[in-house]
Amino acid sequence: MQVDWSAYSATGLHDELVGPDGGPRAAGRALMRHLSGLDQHEIGLRQQAAELAIKSMGITFTVYHEQGGSIDRAWPLDIIPRTICRSEWLRIEAGLRQRVTALNLFIDDVYHAQHILSDGVVPRQIIASSTHFRRECVGIKPALGCWAHICGTDLVRDKDGTVYVLEDNLRVPSGVSYMLENRQVIKRVFPEMFDSAAILPVDDYPSRLHDMLTALSPRRERRAEIVVLTPGIYNSAYFEHAYLARQMGCELVEGRDLAVRDDRVYMHTVQGWTQVDVIYRRIDDDFLDPEVFRADSTLGVPGLMRAWSTGNVALANAPGAGVADDKLVYTYVPEMIRYYLGEDAILPNVPSWRCFEPQQLEYVLAHLDSLVVKTIDGSGGYGMLMGPSASQGERAQFAAALKHSPRGYIAQPVVMLSTVPTFTGNRLEPRHVDLRPFILSGARTYVTTGGLTRVAMRQGTLIVNSSQGGGSKDTWIVDTEA
Amino acid sequence: MLARTVENVYWLARYLERAENTARLISVNTHLLLDLPVGIAPGWLPLVDITGNRVLFDSAYRGTEERDVVQFLIADRANPGSIVTSLEMARENARTLRDVLPAEAWEELNRFFMGFSEELPSGLSRRTRFDFLKRSVLMSQTLTGMLEGTMSRNEAHTFMLLGRNLERADMSSRIIDVRSAQLLPADVPELRPFDAIQWMSVLRSLSGYEMYRLGRRTRVNRADVLEFVLRDEQFPRACLLCLRQMELCLHGLPHSAGARSALALTCGFLAAADLGALDQPGLHELIDKVQLHITAVHDEIAGTYFPREDRPMTQRQSQFTPDAAPAAAPATALRAEPSPSRGRQS
Repeated sequence: MQVDWSAYSATGLHDELVGPDGGPRAAGRALMRHLSGLDQHEIGLRQQAAELAIKSMGITFTVYHEQGGSIDRAWPLDIIPRTICRSEWLRIEAGLRQRVTALNLFIDDVYHAQHILSDGVVPRQIIASSTHFRRECVGIKPALGCWAHICGTDLVRDKDGTVYVLEDNLRVPSGVSYMLENRQVIKRVFPEMFDSAAILPVDDYPSRLHDMLTALSPRRERRAEIVVLTPGIYNSAYFEHAYLARQMGCELVEGRDLAVRDDRVYMHTVQGWTQVDVIYRRIDDDFLDPEVFRADSTLGVPGLMRAWSTGNVALANAPGAGVADDKLVYTYVPEMIRYYLGEDAILPNVPSWRCFEPQQLEYVLAHLDSLVVKTIDGSGGYGMLMGPSASQGERAQFAAALKHSPRGYIAQPVVMLSTVPTFTGNRLEPRHVDLRPFILSGARTYVTTGGLTRVAMRQGTLIVNSSQGGGSKDTWIVDTEA
Repeated sequence: MLARTVENVYWLARYLERAENTARLISVNTHLLLDLPVGIAPGWLPLVDITGNRVLFDSAYRGTEERDVVQFLIADRANPGSIVTSLEMARENARTLRDVLPAEAWEELNRFFMGFSEELPSGLSRRTRFDFLKRSVLMSQTLTGMLEGTMSRNEAHTFMLLGRNLERADMSSRIIDVRSAQLLPADVPELRPFDAIQWMSVLRSLSGYEMYRLGRRTRVNRADVLEFVLRDEQFPRACLLCLRQMELCLHGLPHSAGARSALALTCGFLAAADLGALDQPGLHELIDKVQLHITAVHDEIAGTYFPREDRPMTQRQSQFTPDAAPAAAPATALRAEPSPSRGRQS
């Protein structure tokens, strides 16, 4: 049976493929035509082929198990791609560059002169009370003045078609390996599409990452020794750590492979102790250096902060960069862009209520049943209240927490995320998606072509996180003028 | 290459080899017992001694019967030398090596492990055990062949060869020990015909019968089999050849003087032994000493190349200062060393 597009309906929502008239949007024309030539059975077979490819390529993510263990799960990928028109993407890309530039200026300012605080653009108390503001980083000048070298910014599209920034991940954002692997799999599944439609490639990322890291090396006279620092095999993103190390051809190290002597970092190799110049660390600040942060950390390297602050090793992202990862700080990003760059933000934030301001808190408490409340450093879809679907008890719980520590929360209206047709076993149905592009900053700024599209596989749900049953899609930036 | 990485590769190779050789060990004993007259053979307990886990066995099992020992050696997760533990450890080590190993090797090891776990019951039943053990040996050989055929000849490969050959030398000597354990009374002439049959099954358990005929061109007899398994220069499971392979590996590594001299001692000891003159207790004693030598070689390798928890930093870069302290167990506990076989029940 052919795909019946008349039965496909995303009423009241913005669908990324199917326009309001039932026909395809510009970027999806070739895709929809192609899908219309397949029957449901054929799509099912291709979905199976994709899942088999993922298994045999060993693309996994790790889920923590209740019994203390953890298990490798096959990465969930839905084969129907998400399409974005190149002209729209160029605007989004410009918006991301602008945003990350301002964020890096902000972080550098916060750890030095603090002009933005003195000028009252961002309240001083917010920084003073931020858990991710690291006093140890004050006055330090990281290479190129850059702090957030790798940023994963989550974008969502509301029902009116507007693209909003939902949050910026400036600590250890993950997902880029899945973006790259999704493309590999989809190329196998829809090879014919890559002949006809002008789909822009994504494979550039590992070499861009490598270039960016190389430019941070404090030692110019020789090839930079770059390593990826992982918490180990039980981390949920271990697959990605190993993947990126392999793609860049550098060592994947754990804290116990490194040691600091005379404020320099060395790794223990068969040849002896080799000096390390650049560390792409995938460990949170808290665990980085037991001499400075959590003393019980066995994942980090004692003395690492000394080596970094004296400039003998570069860390990406820089410690302390998470200060701009705070969701309350997020609400000030449009002001930052105006303050540092003298420009209006190209990409708007989702309108947000700052609960530490009494009137706003009052409003939030009165409208808990229609708002989303988020803890300022929650991630993975945890620590949030979906007002409309929450129970009376859950709302009461959050109300109490809000009153007790208003600094810890922001609230936003529910964004009805846009949808993409998704294969549900026997037909295509609309499912909500977001998009995480990755932005590299250093000597120059690079934005991935598209990003990782995450999709909520269950009908109606808006939670796209893979730890909560979300899936993913390949993201096609389509040049409709080619 | 990272010290931790090569350590994991080394242990991966050892565990894989150990799983294979434990299967061979059980197989040879099964055959020996079938060939021996009822009431003469000491049975299964010597196998527990030979794999060096007697105390553990006695604390968990009452019997001395076939069923208990086979369960202990194949399927007991509490036994660090059991096949199931070895495969689990091999897999855990391989998990951390996905940036070093060919992707197919990881898939194959997973398939091996899952197949083994599913078929475990058939390994415990006497009727199906032979096929089960044979399949286990074959799977291990497949994986070893795959790694040989696809891995770059880098430091990881060097340490894989070191681990494989060390474990193989050790286990080949233990397999000889099984034979010396199933001691026939020397002064009963009517039992002599059994002798050749038994040495033949030792060869078969090492997949060495054809190679023996080809290389030795003589009928199967004790002196020649001992010579072949311990000192042959061509058979890849012969102790001495394994040790010589390790010598070649160490030659290409920095800071290898300590390990090479321990290895030279082992080879020298083995080469000097007068195998033909040894009676069975003498043979057992010799093998014990070989195993102690092999353990010393391992300690040298571990002390020189593997990470230690005390993070010893050196005066100059790229220089080791091996300290006297023995290598601490890594936090992830990816290894379990069976002790060398000690004196056994007579």
